[in-house]
Amino acid sequence: MHQHKRNSQWTQQLVFVGPALIFFALIIVVPFLLGLYYSFTDWNGVSGEVAWVGLDNYKQILTNDTVFRDSFWFTAKFTVLGVVFTNVLGFALAYFLTKKLKSRNFLRTVFFMPNVIGGLLLGFIWQFIFVKGFAAIGDVTGISFFNLPWLGTENTAFWAIVIVFVWQTAGYLMVIYISSLNNVPKDILEAAEIDGASRGQVLRSIIIPLIMPAATVCLFLAISWSFKMFDLNLSLTKGGPFGSTESVAMNIYNEAFSKNRYGLGTAKAIIFFIIVAVITTLQVRLTKSKEVEA
Amino acid sequence: MDITKNNRISLAITEIIMLLVAILFLIPFYFLFVNSVKSFGDLLTNAASLPKSIEWGNYARAFEITNFPSAFLNSFVITIVSNVLLVLVSAMAAYRMVRQNTAFNRILFVIFVAAMVVPFQSIMIPLVKVTSTVGLMNSIPGLIVCYLGFGIPMSVFLLHGFVKSIPLEIEEAATVDGTNAYGVFFRIVLPLMKPMLVTVFILNALWIWNDYLLPSLILQSPELRTIPIATFAFFGQYTKQWDLALPALVMGVLPIIVFFLMMQKYIIEGITQGAVKG
Repeated sequence: MHQHKRNSQWTQQLVFVGPALIFFALIIVVPFLLGLYYSFTDWNGVSGEVAWVGLDNYKQILTNDTVFRDSFWFTAKFTVLGVVFTNVLGFALAYFLTKKLKSRNFLRTVFFMPNVIGGLLLGFIWQFIFVKGFAAIGDVTGISFFNLPWLGTENTAFWAIVIVFVWQTAGYLMVIYISSLNNVPKDILEAAEIDGASRGQVLRSIIIPLIMPAATVCLFLAISWSFKMFDLNLSLTKGGPFGSTESVAMNIYNEAFSKNRYGLGTAKAIIFFIIVAVITTLQVRLTKSKEVEA
Repeated sequence: MDITKNNRISLAITEIIMLLVAILFLIPFYFLFVNSVKSFGDLLTNAASLPKSIEWGNYARAFEITNFPSAFLNSFVITIVSNVLLVLVSAMAAYRMVRQNTAFNRILFVIFVAAMVVPFQSIMIPLVKVTSTVGLMNSIPGLIVCYLGFGIPMSVFLLHGFVKSIPLEIEEAATVDGTNAYGVFFRIVLPLMKPMLVTVFILNALWIWNDYLLPSLILQSPELRTIPIATFAFFGQYTKQWDLALPALVMGVLPIIVFFLMMQKYIIEGITQGAVKG
């Protein structure tokens, strides 16, 4: 009887958890460990012979790879600006949409809509807007902002990607901020109003501290989206002009699949993983410590 | 009296400003749709104006070149099958991991949570090696297996939190009535998990439908192309041919926009749910 029960527990564990464990192990764990190993080798992806090179790949990347360094600075700069703008806009939209506007539902639909379209298609759509659409607006209005060679120079191409990223992601963060704003207790807001607090004071001293849990999530999402960006700049600028908008993800891709330096590519991938893990953990710790309860 | 009047005025001003921002958000869609039916010459001379004549022929040509029905069907099958399996496999694992709180299951859960931080790009290179070794390359079932692997950590995480909120008494009553563990799960627990299953389904559907990088690594044959891959291949061949490219893009974005407009309520709820738990 006892033996039988233990057997059936084993079978149940296998039936319920087994499939998830197998797929997870095959697709994430094995490649991750293999990648760790390959990052210490000169693997070229094709030949069966793989030689151990120790820390050479890492040394090469950290001391002698200006393209990787540039792609890292591009990604870092983009992440900072992208995260700030998309959160500020997302919060602002949410803040006004929680007021009693007649067109509230329509507005929410519009602001969220860009997000359901994938980065690759969005990049192509905006390529047309920057090349032809902006020029047409510039001709009609005479505003020089629209007549800039948007995708042609390093500086404007950078801002072009920031614009599209913010347009795409602000609506998603808005949805999260809206639900958080709706949970701010009405009585606290009313009490503050009766006490004569200005709107700015209410926002700064009551609303923002109370929505910090949403901010934790939104910052986390925005950081990981922008740090891992690949599709959007692939279709919008192909990393150009002159490689100035090549993100780290793209650099890793090119190292392996264009230059066939798989060993070097996996070492970059490991460095990338460590950076993402450290930054997101720090951010979550930091914003979590700012969370308060009503 | 004065205060309410002031309030109403400031509300009206807010409304107008927000509507203007909404127009700003919609301008890219205007450019996309309007120019997709223009002749090439019309499109080059003025991209901002309404079309002089409507050229549906653009769509017919783009439809043929991208082989749109095939791309749509591939995207559709991949998204639906991956998602159904993903939701089922994750729900089973999450249920067991909550109800049998063994050391093994606790450690596994921590590993799943940790894996959510791993960026796709940091394992894609060895992944290609693994998938070709086990014969998952260049096949739709192979791609679906990859989606199961990548989707499991977050799906289990979200469902795990939800199972915890399901009262144990219902299951105990069923066990006393003689239902076995599988019956309890499929007939009682799974239906109770429905709200979170919908959330997980929607979050994963948006991700898988729009994903470009993974299918571009796994699928090589032209007949296996999904919508993003077909669009990318098309742009490689017809650079600057906007009279073909724009209709192709419209067809590419239309299915997901229609899905969004129909399922909006669930999508917004799903994101909120996902964020609260995440």
